[in-house]
Amino acid sequence: MKKYQLGEFEEVVMLTVGILYNEAYGVSIKKEIEERLSRKVSVGALQTALKRLEDKGYLKSHEGEATQERAGRPKRYFVITALGKRALEHIRSTREKLWGAIPKIALNPGKFDTAF
Amino acid sequence: MKTAFPPKLFLRFFRWFCHPELRDYIEGDLMELYNERHNDLGKRKADLKFIIDVLLLFRPGIIKPSKQNHSLNNYAMFKSYFKVGWRNLLKQKGYSLINVGGLALGMAVAILIGLWIHDEFSYNKIFKNYDRIALVMQNQVFNGEIETWSSQAMQLGPAIRNDYSNHFEHVVMVRGTFDHKLTFNNNSVRKMGAFMDTEAPEMLSLQMLKGTRSGLKDPYSILLSESSAKAIFGDVDALDKIIKYNDKTEVKVTGIYKDIPYNCDYADLEVILPFQLTVILDNLESRVGWGNSWFRCMVQLKEGADINTASNAIKDVKYKGVMAHGNVNDDIRFKPELFLHPMSKWRLYSDFKNGVSVGGAIKYVWMFGVVGTFVLILACINFMNLSTARSEKRAKEVGIRKTVGSIRSQLISQFFTESLLIAFLAFVFSLLLVQLSLPWFNEVSNKHLTLLLSSPLFWMVCISFTITTGLIAGSYPALYLSSFKPIRVLKGALYSGRSASIPRKVLVVVQFTVSVTLIIGTIIVYKQIQFAQNRPIGYNVNGIISAPIRTEEIKKHFTVFREELLKTGAVKEVNATDSWITETYVTNSGFTWEGKDPNMSEEFVTLRVTPEFGKTVDWQIVEGRDFSRDIASDTLAFIINESAARYMGIEHPVGETMTWLPDNGTYKIVGVVKDLVSQNPYAPVKQMIYILNYKRINYINMKLNPNFSAHEAIAKVESVVKKYDPSNPFEYKFMDEEFANKFKGEKRIAAIAFVVSTLAIIISCLGLLGLSSFVAEQRTKELGIRKILGASVAQLWQLLSKDFIVLVLTSCIIAIPLSFYFMNNWLMQYQYRITISWSIYALSGMMAILITLATVSFQTIRAAIANPVKSLRSE
Repeated sequence: MKKYQLGEFEEVVMLTVGILYNEAYGVSIKKEIEERLSRKVSVGALQTALKRLEDKGYLKSHEGEATQERAGRPKRYFVITALGKRALEHIRSTREKLWGAIPKIALNPGKFDTAF
Repeated sequence: MKTAFPPKLFLRFFRWFCHPELRDYIEGDLMELYNERHNDLGKRKADLKFIIDVLLLFRPGIIKPSKQNHSLNNYAMFKSYFKVGWRNLLKQKGYSLINVGGLALGMAVAILIGLWIHDEFSYNKIFKNYDRIALVMQNQVFNGEIETWSSQAMQLGPAIRNDYSNHFEHVVMVRGTFDHKLTFNNNSVRKMGAFMDTEAPEMLSLQMLKGTRSGLKDPYSILLSESSAKAIFGDVDALDKIIKYNDKTEVKVTGIYKDIPYNCDYADLEVILPFQLTVILDNLESRVGWGNSWFRCMVQLKEGADINTASNAIKDVKYKGVMAHGNVNDDIRFKPELFLHPMSKWRLYSDFKNGVSVGGAIKYVWMFGVVGTFVLILACINFMNLSTARSEKRAKEVGIRKTVGSIRSQLISQFFTESLLIAFLAFVFSLLLVQLSLPWFNEVSNKHLTLLLSSPLFWMVCISFTITTGLIAGSYPALYLSSFKPIRVLKGALYSGRSASIPRKVLVVVQFTVSVTLIIGTIIVYKQIQFAQNRPIGYNVNGIISAPIRTEEIKKHFTVFREELLKTGAVKEVNATDSWITETYVTNSGFTWEGKDPNMSEEFVTLRVTPEFGKTVDWQIVEGRDFSRDIASDTLAFIINESAARYMGIEHPVGETMTWLPDNGTYKIVGVVKDLVSQNPYAPVKQMIYILNYKRINYINMKLNPNFSAHEAIAKVESVVKKYDPSNPFEYKFMDEEFANKFKGEKRIAAIAFVVSTLAIIISCLGLLGLSSFVAEQRTKELGIRKILGASVAQLWQLLSKDFIVLVLTSCIIAIPLSFYFMNNWLMQYQYRITISWSIYALSGMMAILITLATVSFQTIRAAIANPVKSLRSE
């Protein structure tokens, strides 16, 4: 079923937003992902993903405070919506179902090598 | 902490492209990151990373839409434009008809001409080796003038083939095309065909249905086209069958090729015979030398060979050949030089003057191309004029739209939508018009054009051409109307005086200049044809039929044959000649006479005749006497024409003698006749010699008895001819028709010019009709008041028509020098031509003004006789 559409990077962004709770804005999300997954994230890719997720209704945003190091520009904080939550849960449950369906042998082939 | 600054240029670039909703937040993020990096890594690395971030941000999700509200309502607006445009069309049916009709006419002309030009340019392209085939031509000097011939001596082919094989893949000698008699099972047909060397099928990339392309190897073989195989054999398999050729010999069918399409040289090639066959049958080896240019020599260049290099290489082949054969005093003096004429130029660049290519039919391609473009421009001008004239009506609409919030670009696109709508409607109609007029056009232009409906290129060209037309035609109204200031138009203060109508007037002048030029051109073409047709031709071709002689029997017993024909009563006189009497192109040289300039390389057109030739065609003897059957010495007598007397520089040539070198004897001139126009009717008559001969005759010419109907007379003639030549069908031509055919090409141009200029004037008048009705409408109130104050209908009519007459007169004044320039150039190609007289201009000017008056008066008189009460009562 294509009920909830979520790409891999989008899923990562949403989970990170969840982790940061109330503190999720552009730079913090970027740093969190880079730290936890040790991969580079460009501002462009992140902002595009955030915009798309907001368009889909999985995230919502509100304006935050402006600080000096941001040259007076406001932050934009993201939180997960109810729909976003359902989407994450859906993905998780489908993944788990898939994990459960894998026969043990498929992931531990070494033991049975001689039998074949 | 001091705030560091990232590269300004990139920051500005980011601000420019970023979606405004996201701009602040993302810029904040960027700045935060920049500051952090600035502290950690230093300015240079921070700058670099900033630039990379900005560039990576340049992606669809972040870039702002090109127009605001883009996704919101453009579709709806376009839908509305269409609806409004359509309603405007329906609301004003008259204007729409003029607009669409005029544009459709213009486009139809342009499409027709486009198809014609396409056809001209694709001529010969069906040959696969199109780019590499060339004809060997020769330049020879006669009396200081270079003449260019496409014919060559038989010996040339082998000479080129043997010595220049590094340039050429194939060399093919050709003799023909003429008709050949083929008999199979007593069933005889005559088919057009040529003698060609063995490589010809390969060179012409013939599509073989049966047999192979090597079918000409054996001299006694023949290749048939599909349709001629069908004509001879019906459904029987023709391959390897034996056919009787010209009652002389037998040839075997070694192949059948697919009919050659019409749009090329050799389209009429129904059979191909080996060149070797004509060499054997006509005993050519012993008869013809380097001096007999009877054949054509085609070559195919090797892959990658350069035509200019090859052309230079073979320059002296004939010269050397003539020298080697010791024929020094003959052809050497003409200084023959060979060159290659590529196939791509055969059709459109076939004219040579003084040995240099001077174009040819390409001038007609240009001419029609220009004319077609002009007619299309005329139609576009109509559209522009009518739309701007109606702008007053739509000014209020523009004002309201602008007040409500339309921006200028929206109005521009609205007007473009409308003009494109009209252009596409016109395109559909023009396709219909083209389809309907194609049969006629094909007949006039002697082509087989069709709408190339299945060709994507055709559609691409047509549609882009429609869009261009729509854009050009719509540009003026779109840009002009959309520039109105809403306050002024809504207040009704649009009447910006005289200057507003100036562009309109200029356009009308352009239209009529083109139309009048075309009219003048057409009149001149017609006059020129008429002039040449009315030229005294010096003989009478009416009632003469000619038939080719196809059996030796007639030649052997010509005297008896003639008497038998006379006995039937159906013919008044009979003679025989070696050329068609209206097409005398056989030339001979080697004549000397007393007082001849020894340096003169003379050349005469010769016609071999039997004694009654003069009586049959009613020639007019100026001096001396006609040939006589009773004077035996007349076999050594010449009759010359006046041109010949002038050419020889003898005032009274009768009694003089001429010697025909090298061994043809000495002749006495017994008579001089008035010039007979039997070559190009636009050129002076060539110097001609008429010689008595009973053997080398090819055509019988018979003057029919007018007391019999042509049908009866021909039946009687046929019965006599059949007695001598039972196996051939009796074929004949009417000489008056043949003579008229000389004007075919020019008549074709005249017919097309006539139609195009008629269309041009119709389109211009349609525009004028629209404009005049608009002016009349606009001045209704003024006319009403004038009428109340005592103006007569005639005065009002004059008032309204005057403006238009002034415009048309201006056009005439511009058109006169223009058309003089073009037509004078055209006339220069004819030596026998009219001088352009003022009466032609007066006539065309009068015509233009009368047509204008008639068009305009329709509206102005209606406006002038209208009851003023009605026009003043409104509002």
